[in-house]
Formats: sequence, structure tokens, C-alpha cells
Amino acid sequence: MDEVFKALADASRRALLDRLHARNGQTLGELCEGLDMSRQAVTKHLAILEAANLVATIRHGREKLHYLNPAPIHQIGERWIRKFERGRLDALGDLKRRLEKRDA
Amino acid sequence: MRKPEFLYVIYIETTPDTLWRALTDPAFTRRYWMNCELISDWKVGSPMTMTRDGEVKNECVIRESDPPRRLAYDWVSVHDPEMKREKPSRVTYTLEPQGKLVRLTVTHENFTDGSKTLPSVSFGWPMVLSSLKSVLETGKPLDLTPPLIAETEAEHGRA
Repeated sequence: MDEVFKALADASRRALLDRLHARNGQTLGELCEGLDMSRQAVTKHLAILEAANLVATIRHGREKLHYLNPAPIHQIGERWIRKFERGRLDALGDLKRRLEKRDA
Repeated sequence: MRKPEFLYVIYIETTPDTLWRALTDPAFTRRYWMNCELISDWKVGSPMTMTRDGEVKNECVIRESDPPRRLAYDWVSVHDPEMKREKPSRVTYTLEPQGKLVRLTVTHENFTDGSKTLPSVSFGWPMVLSSLKSVLETGKPLDLTPPLIAETEAEHGRA
């Protein structure tokens, strides 16, 4: 679990997870597109994410595809969120969104 | 060849034989798969049904069966008329021992464009696999209580 939190404690790595959340199963090249990061840096971040099991890869023909692996994040949710009144948290999140929308 | 829509990897402290039994024994699947019983003789070409409270939720056909290493089946969700019309998707499990752990890889692929089954199963898989891990490691499933299952079904359809 330590590895998961360390891996998440970096904005670049969270950005990579966001990109996989938007579109799952990308190659290294696709993940690098439009990012202000060197290919080497992306490779290094992906290795850390993979070691934490937040990213999983498979070989698909000649390509290596990267997937967001939701299992560890789900386990965090189960351990720390589910038991604390998920319904109320949802309601508060909804209230926040509505208030922010009104102010916009 | 389309790329798989979903890939999940989970590490479980167990043996491949125990994990295989957990995937194929209906009394065991009930404990972590939202009360679902997966019933089949697990031979290639055989049907497999996933039933809950006697109601068939998903109809599958076994495509690969190599205990305790690899299992694959075609999947049609029959509990929803729109999903029932979609062509079968494919679930594949790969079990690899790594020291005291087993690395379980699950892919779910070959979905129809605009599939309604895809968002449904993508919501269900993490719950099912986390609960599977919990049962094997602690003897207790996750508390996926009936209200939560009902809420999940209402929001996302069901895996």
C-alpha cells in the first residue's frame, strides 16, 4: 500500500493515470503525445506506476499497451471510504458541484 | 485485432489451485461475486451460467480451460434486453504463481461499439476481484451488502 501512495504523490504520474482513465490501453508513444515530459521521464513514471500495480501492461501484437489498473484504488476506497458514510460524502460532493456551478 | 477494452491485474496471497477453485466452484463464487453462482463443467465448448437467486444473469461458453493456468469464456449479459442482443464479449483469466502470491490477470474484450455491457462490467469487476482477494486472504468477502448491490445495478447495470 505504501507503494501506491508514493506513486500517487506526484502530479506527473497522476496526469498519466488521468490520460489512461480518459482512454485505456495506450502505447508509450501515445502517452507521450502533447505532454511536456521527455520520453525517458514518462518511461520512469510508468515503471513506478506499474510497480505499484496502478498501471498494468500487455503485449498486443508488436505493441506494449498500458492500462489503468483500478484494483489498488478500489482497495483504498474499500478500506478508507466505504466504511465512512459513503452516501453522505456523495451528497456533500454533489452540493459542492452545484454551488461551484452556480458561482461560475 | 482490436486491443482489449479492459485489463485488470491483482496479486492474491494464495495458490493457483485454490484460486482456480475460487473461480469455478459455485459455492465459492457466491461468497464474493455478489451472490452469483457460476455453474459449468468447465470443459471447452460447454455452457456456463451465472445465476443469482435462481435467475440467470449471464450466459457464457467456455473457450479455454487449462487448470490452474488459464480460463476463458464468451459472455452475454441476458438480464437486460439491450445487452442480450450484443455479440458475446470475451473474458480471459491468467494465473501465474509469483512466490507466495498469484498474479491474476483478467482481460475483458471484444465488445460491440457503443456496448451497454462494457460500462456495466467495468464497474463490477473491481468489486468482484477485490472481494475475491479478500475472501482468499482473510476468509471474509467485502461487505457488498444488498443495498449497495441494488444501488450499483440501478446506476451502472450489473456485471
